[in-house]
Amino acid sequence: MIELRSVSRHFVMGDQQVRALDEVDLRIESGEYLSIMGPSGSGKSTLLNIIGLLDRPTSGEYLLDGRDTISLSDDELALMRGRKIGFVFQSFHLVPRMTAFENIELPMVLAGEPAAQRRRRVTELLDSLSLADRAHHRPNELSGGQRQRVAIARAMVMKPTVLLADEPTGNLDHASGAEVLNAIESLNAAGITLLVVTHDIEVGDRARRRIRMRDGRIVEDREKEAVSG
Amino acid sequence: MSFRDLLRLSAQSALRARLRSLMLLLAMSIGVASVVVLTSLGEAARRYVTGEFQALGARLIIVIPGRSETGGVAPGLLSGETPRDLTLGDAQAVLRITEVERVAPLVVGSAPVSVGALEREAPVLGANSDFLEIYAFELQRGRFLPEGELAADRAVCVIGANIARELFPARDALGANLRIGDRRFRVIGVLGDEGRTIGLDSQELVIVPVGAAQALFNTESLFRLLIQTRSREALPRAQQAVVAAIRERHQGEEDVTVITQDALLSTFDRIFTALTLTLAGIASISLVVAGVLIMNVMLVSVSQRTAEVGLLKAIGATRRQITALFLTEAVLLSIAGALAGLAVGFAANWAVRGLYPALPLHAPFWAIGLALATALVSGVLFGWTPARGAAQLDPVAALAGRK
Repeated sequence: MIELRSVSRHFVMGDQQVRALDEVDLRIESGEYLSIMGPSGSGKSTLLNIIGLLDRPTSGEYLLDGRDTISLSDDELALMRGRKIGFVFQSFHLVPRMTAFENIELPMVLAGEPAAQRRRRVTELLDSLSLADRAHHRPNELSGGQRQRVAIARAMVMKPTVLLADEPTGNLDHASGAEVLNAIESLNAAGITLLVVTHDIEVGDRARRRIRMRDGRIVEDREKEAVSG
Repeated sequence: MSFRDLLRLSAQSALRARLRSLMLLLAMSIGVASVVVLTSLGEAARRYVTGEFQALGARLIIVIPGRSETGGVAPGLLSGETPRDLTLGDAQAVLRITEVERVAPLVVGSAPVSVGALEREAPVLGANSDFLEIYAFELQRGRFLPEGELAADRAVCVIGANIARELFPARDALGANLRIGDRRFRVIGVLGDEGRTIGLDSQELVIVPVGAAQALFNTESLFRLLIQTRSREALPRAQQAVVAAIRERHQGEEDVTVITQDALLSTFDRIFTALTLTLAGIASISLVVAGVLIMNVMLVSVSQRTAEVGLLKAIGATRRQITALFLTEAVLLSIAGALAGLAVGFAANWAVRGLYPALPLHAPFWAIGLALATALVSGVLFGWTPARGAAQLDPVAALAGRK
């Protein structure tokens, strides 16, 4: 349900043209668990941004759930993002002046959902991510692992079909990182398509399908072999 | 996004950035407060002056020798003719007009006034009994000038309260003699402690009959001729008749200036309204400056919250929503500043009213409306560009902390 055909993304830096993505073809089915790895500058973040409708390809086609996205306006992209896609970032990107509750409900506020609905959904998510007692704390009163779980809750609040994680454990210690990965993996087990960009092989190896990138191209695309025994 | 949520988010953002919001509030409130206070001052001045002139009465005509165009050229300067004197004869002719009820010819000069060894210079006013009817001075003791022929030269005088205090420190002035120049006059009345009335400080005056003043200053000409008509309605006819009568006596020359309350009032009203509007305009400049400060502060805010804008876009905010968030914050702060400014302005007015009761400051309604409207417009106008800038940030760059 994610289909990229011959997608390129060029940037102009000074007087040079940089090819962040070079004629990429990629097809991802609903419910897959993918990791995207590669050295810096390989284009993995750019690929994630394009899939997440945060960025537009310079050329090529991108169909999301069968719909062509190239012809959409900025506002239409924004609305589609809000409904279908959840983001989790390395640096969490929580709004510092809002509580955990307010951060999580923000996408619903933007979508115009009434307060009662918001309260129900946010409470549900806080419970499922073991954050119920942290609901009214601000980010600076939360640990790294808790912040990322708040971010995951926010990403999931509109019930998207795709969860995109860009180095989700990058700012976390090993234990918190494991917690976070377990959380997003259980979401995947419940049917959400999960894409994780990472440079950490341990993290990348957890995915069922692994993609390696270099210089804007996909150089490897492997399914994990079934483990016997 | 519901309107309530929009307000809530904007208010939350404004409250969180305390120093920034406080600066905005301060700038706007100073601007609004100065509009309020300055327009109140202008309004108070206008009311004071027109009130003073209204006290003169709607039945009053003032005749001044010499024709002055409002261009301010001195009579006689261009035409080469000197104006004829306004005389008691003119006053008597005017008195014969049916619409005229009474006249008060005035002669003004300055002379040394002495009682024994005590002496001081004082303004001397030659008038008649009708002058009291027209000008309504307050008499503390005794009575005013006696009725009689206009040309009568009686050696009596009415003195002001300060003159009485200074020249008769130990005793009652009434009935005593004093010297004006080298003539002796008997004091028959003392004016009350009323104070100024359009150029005549009644406490400093020495009032004598017109005839006596003309002898004192050796002149036939009148300083002014005050005329009271029988009724308000009769005034326009009376005015025409007065001008005609004097013109006839002055060989067909209309060399006097005639002032009525209506003309005066409307002139002063126009002048002071213009003054007040000018003050309002000047004060409004500070509101524009406040607007520029709003833009500045909002630009800083946007640049500090670039990552937040990127995040909002990532979770589905449209450009319009982002513009709305920042713009609403600017407008909320402008309105809050305007209200604070109104409070400060009202407080300042109240303080001045308490300290200087003679200057009752009240903010005119139109000024309040002007201040609020300008504050609102400033907030929208100057908050627009930063808000648009935020809306147009590229989400990927914004999230990375770049513009």
